[in-house]
Amino acid sequence: MKADIILSGVGGQGIVSIAATIAQAALDNNLFIKQSEVHGMSQRGGAVYSHLRISDREIASDLIPLGHADIIISVEPMESLRYLPWLKEDGWLVTNSTPFINIPDYPDLKSLHLEIEKFPNHILINADEIARQVKSPRSSNIVMLGAASPFLEIPIENFEQAIGKIFGRKGEKIVELNIQALHAGREYSLTHQKEKV
Amino acid sequence: MEKLLLLGAEAIAQGAIDGGMSGIYAYPGTPSTEITEYVQNNKIAIERNIHRNWSANEKTAVEAALGMSYAGKRAMACMKHVGLNVAADPFINAAITGVNGGLVITVADDPSMHSSQNEQDSRFYGKFAMIPMLEPSNQQEAYDMAYESFELSEKFKIPVLMRITTRLSHSRSGIKRKEIKSENPLTYPDDPIQFVLLPSNARKRYKGLLGIQSSIEEAAEKSKYNKYIDGKDKSLGIIACGIAFNYLMENYPENNCPHPILKIGQYPMPYSLLDKIVNECDKILVLEDGYPFVEEQIKGYFDKSGKITGRLNGAIPRDGELNPDIVGKALGKEVKQFFKIPEIVKNRPPELCSGCAHRDIYTALNETMKEFGKQKVFSDIGCYTLGALPPWNAINSCVDMGASITMAKGAADAGVRPSVAVIGDSTFTHSGMTALLDCVYENTPVTIIIADNATTAMTGGQTSPATGRLEQICIGLGVKPEHVRVLTPLPKFHEEMIKVIREELLYEGVSVIIPRRECIQTATRSKKEQRVKAEEVTQ
Ligand code: SF4
Repeated sequence: MKADIILSGVGGQGIVSIAATIAQAALDNNLFIKQSEVHGMSQRGGAVYSHLRISDREIASDLIPLGHADIIISVEPMESLRYLPWLKEDGWLVTNSTPFINIPDYPDLKSLHLEIEKFPNHILINADEIARQVKSPRSSNIVMLGAASPFLEIPIENFEQAIGKIFGRKGEKIVELNIQALHAGREYSLTHQKEKV
Repeated sequence: MEKLLLLGAEAIAQGAIDGGMSGIYAYPGTPSTEITEYVQNNKIAIERNIHRNWSANEKTAVEAALGMSYAGKRAMACMKHVGLNVAADPFINAAITGVNGGLVITVADDPSMHSSQNEQDSRFYGKFAMIPMLEPSNQQEAYDMAYESFELSEKFKIPVLMRITTRLSHSRSGIKRKEIKSENPLTYPDDPIQFVLLPSNARKRYKGLLGIQSSIEEAAEKSKYNKYIDGKDKSLGIIACGIAFNYLMENYPENNCPHPILKIGQYPMPYSLLDKIVNECDKILVLEDGYPFVEEQIKGYFDKSGKITGRLNGAIPRDGELNPDIVGKALGKEVKQFFKIPEIVKNRPPELCSGCAHRDIYTALNETMKEFGKQKVFSDIGCYTLGALPPWNAINSCVDMGASITMAKGAADAGVRPSVAVIGDSTFTHSGMTALLDCVYENTPVTIIIADNATTAMTGGQTSPATGRLEQICIGLGVKPEHVRVLTPLPKFHEEMIKVIREELLYEGVSVIIPRRECIQTATRSKKEQRVKAEEVTQ
């Protein structure tokens, strides 16, 4: 088993918690992990990404080579496209459809969605809306994790446990809400994936 | 034991704690900040009361760590590469005084300048100081090396430099821990005069340092971190330092590299192993993150044969960090790339948080500066440096910590009126206070804006020794109290800010303006923490 994952978004959107959750779940599965992330100045509303690699064999590099990523998980539509040079030919693009607009020349949203829909292997999901539906508006990043989960060979229970470990300090209720967000994202992805096949 | 999932920086911290460290001294700086932060939150560190507060700057950090070592305890100082320039004085001299308890100086270099002004390579400093250096290739080695580094330092009675890079510092992996060592007891140096670097004594100590060079070389030759991995195809030999080893192995997923590899993790360079690989192989490719440190030394000035390749002949780009693709290309491998970035994707540079006080300061400053002309605002390093970008374009320099005030002074000496410096509260304590003293000494006409957000915001909100005392410090250094002006940077006080800034810009002497409002990131965080605490109490 081996998965090379690129997580992308804008500084402050919570990609670090997605990465931490996947990494924790992978660790609980006795997998090897390497996860590199961006700290410092670029976090102030700039484009950020994380390379996350999990495997049942020891992993050499902290960085994914170009053209090797199995999946790009993005919490923002434009940022999903910035890392395409890393994506495998048949890799998956799983992205939130809600934009984060903090630049004057942000592209037209329709054209952006069209660009994403060009990929046969894509999931375009309104994670913000789904997070609101499960009454956890701040969990859109975990909705994204749920949407990506069918493409990662890690049992869903492990993600639930990992959420428990990572959000446990914030209380039972937060854990519960995030697990609901996880499942809502997963459901969406499973139904839409089937539609395509 | 369960594996811990740690960043490279955190692995160093855990290794140092488990290795019996009694104190860590540091000034925050990306990519080194997380080492100290980890120690601050670690259970064992708290129980043992390991010293873990921030220092005013990197120089004070190294000096304090040296003091702790003088007393027999194990100490670490941490900083980013440019911080080592600030600490260069005690760093070089600590190699001459030697140490009592183990002293480790951990420096995180930033090739590709993800968050820095330059890419300098700390290994040159290590060689300059003639001390042993450790350079981990992965998180486990980072842990193991930190754990063992104090012993290495105590064995040779000199400091050890631990060098990491951004990529390793900010990448996470599973770590196996070792048994926890106890701290050293208080002891004094054997030779009471060892730490007195009077010339007569320093000469003796320096000879001693030179005298042990061959043994620290020998230690590097024998180190388990320097490995010769043989290969059949001797048409090429590969020297891989630190994390470069991983990028190399990424190109050989089955561990089937046909060429001999020399993996370097401990310096001074293992010369006999280098001899072996250079003699055995027709060509040599040197892979190292940072400067061509090893390459230059083995190439020598007169070798024009082209046998040795790397950053110097363009086989590897001269600047920027390494990655598996750059290494693959140098090995003649094809890089597969299926998709390009579509044109629709726009740049998204970092920016000041919405609601940040610096926005209000720059809006007011820009409006006032319209009356006085352009290119007269010198800035420093911190979140406010983002004022250099649109929409503000408010500042005209950012060189090193503290340079804003001294550059403004030099410009004022040259006749620039008004000459303005923008500096943060933490940067001011780091290197601005002495600069202000220079201005006071000559009553130089400068206006210094200390943007006080009560924290070291850019690195994530660390505390600063100046918090709550900036006016006192400035007055104490000799600024006239009527020219120390405190403001609240909020849109509703816009006109008042302009009025005060204008008055001080017109004053022919030293004035300090302190716009004060807490960083909204730390303010929100502390509010949240209070709420969680309150909930815990009521439950
Ligand atoms: S982190 Fe604080 S100081 Fe920095 S931009 Fe945000 S609000 Fe301003």
